[in-house]
Amino acid sequence: MIRVDQARKSFGTLVAVNDVTVDIPAGGVTSIIGPNGSGKTTLLSLISRLAPMDSGTISVSGLDVTATASRDLAKKMAILRQENHLTMRLSVRDLVGFGRFPHSQGRLTSVDREHIDRALEQLDLTPMAEKFVDELSGGQRQRAFIAMVLAQDTDYLLLDEPLNNLDMKHSVETMKLIRRMADEFGKTVVVVVHDINFASCYSDRILAMRDGELMCQGTPADIMTPDVLRTIYDIDIRIETIGDQRIGVYFT
Amino acid sequence: MATSLVTTTATAVPGTPVPSTAAGRSRTALPLTLGIIGVLLLAAASMFVGVSDVTLPKLIAGDTNAWDILLISRVPRTIAVILAGMALAVAGLIMQQMARNRFVEPSMVGTVESAMLGILAVTIFLPATPVLGKMGVAAVAALVGTWIFLTIISRLPTRNTLLVPLVGIMLGGVISAITTFFAYRYDLLQTLNTWMIGDFSGVLRGRYELLWIVAALTLIGYLAADRFTVAGMGADFTTNLGLNYRTIMRLGMSIVALITAVVVVTVGAIPFLGLVVPNLVSLIFGDNLRKAVPWTAVFGAGIVLVCDIISRTIRYPYEVPVSMVMGVIGASFFLVMLIRQRAKNRL
Repeated sequence: MIRVDQARKSFGTLVAVNDVTVDIPAGGVTSIIGPNGSGKTTLLSLISRLAPMDSGTISVSGLDVTATASRDLAKKMAILRQENHLTMRLSVRDLVGFGRFPHSQGRLTSVDREHIDRALEQLDLTPMAEKFVDELSGGQRQRAFIAMVLAQDTDYLLLDEPLNNLDMKHSVETMKLIRRMADEFGKTVVVVVHDINFASCYSDRILAMRDGELMCQGTPADIMTPDVLRTIYDIDIRIETIGDQRIGVYFT
Repeated sequence: MATSLVTTTATAVPGTPVPSTAAGRSRTALPLTLGIIGVLLLAAASMFVGVSDVTLPKLIAGDTNAWDILLISRVPRTIAVILAGMALAVAGLIMQQMARNRFVEPSMVGTVESAMLGILAVTIFLPATPVLGKMGVAAVAALVGTWIFLTIISRLPTRNTLLVPLVGIMLGGVISAITTFFAYRYDLLQTLNTWMIGDFSGVLRGRYELLWIVAALTLIGYLAADRFTVAGMGADFTTNLGLNYRTIMRLGMSIVALITAVVVVTVGAIPFLGLVVPNLVSLIFGDNLRKAVPWTAVFGAGIVLVCDIISRTIRYPYEVPVSMVMGVIGASFFLVMLIRQRAKNRL
């Protein structure tokens, strides 16, 4: 379980995360949605100890993120940020291999290699494993990064807009993979997504943020209503039920 | 951003011994061995280049004069060239990882300039300080200069590829101006030149041994190669993998500053080396430092050996400073690389 208690973070006068308190239970997929600048990414950074908190406490699986050794946290949770403009020429296999660093400290064992091969396989990267990351398309590169955090083999997986740069096919495949990570491997996945319909179709829980505060949380059925979405996004979104999925129509 | 989906083999530069797709350890070990043999051959050639007559027949005949020249001058000089070449190239590589930019090296971001300011300060205020003490002050100054550079670029609003080296050049220019001002006031401009212009002609037995320090530093750089690779991916990546970004940066800065200080004090600055070699290695072998550090060391030693041999033969029987040869070769090398890179649309 991820416990966020009164977490606060401000940049100058801007309060990015304003005393947020939330429990994210272990297992399943939790999506964080909200307009630009609502504090989604900052909240994820606080949970993953990438940014220091001004006040409050956060624990992941009982480990206080500000007090636990970074190396131990790295075996518990993995975070993938959205801006991954890597200028380095690393082969895909090497990049994914670095995901094993918390376990191997650089000396790869056969267990590490199995994890790497499996992660490459799961993201369709095996044919291009020896290519340099800077020679891949944006979508392939994004998959390589996801493979890297998968290889890290943590119970908790935090993904900040993993669908960035991905086309429809790979967006769907990535969300399906995230679903499988939760269902088959029992991981707890927290994912920031922009598209409310991906959140609706693939998550167990949705957290909706606005202006640094947690507006509401609940199942997709709770959140995917015109009233709730209006309070989050300030626009009218029609909800259609297609199959058993709720789809928000916000194009017109 | 490269968006090509086409599987090209454009990663390998024509004429390179191994395609960059080689992943297995055994497939990379052989070319590296060949590279080391190449450096040793160049080193052997370097022993026989110079004004004094040292030839194989004379050595075999037991000519004491030839043996003296070899052991007092040629061998120390060759070792100095290899050590300095290796270490400066690796320092450039580590610097590029820390700055996350391919176009920087210690001699263009204020590190070398700061080291020179440090030595100048010791020379003015405590002229009796032994060489090791001068080196220490130079290293501390270089560390401060490097830290200032990295702090400035970490605060830049955009991480523009060309803005980072520009900031470095400006910082280096400012520090260099201060150094020149005081050197002029204290009539030390000529002394300043001996540090500024790298030259192996003064290397003799008993006057270069401190350079062995950089061999140890290069080894430390290799042992920490994985950490520098991770740091090159950014602070967030590093933290995610459970490593302390600041610790790695401190280690990197220390290695770069110490290598710079030792080389500047013993032989003087050699420009472009730290820029050209890591870029060349990156182009062929990529940026996984575990693989790149050994190759950078091999290429660094090899290129400086070639430059030093040229510097001894181009105006025979006179010598030109190796830094000038390196400057010419390095600059043209770099220009070609930039154009190639642009052609591949990867800048």
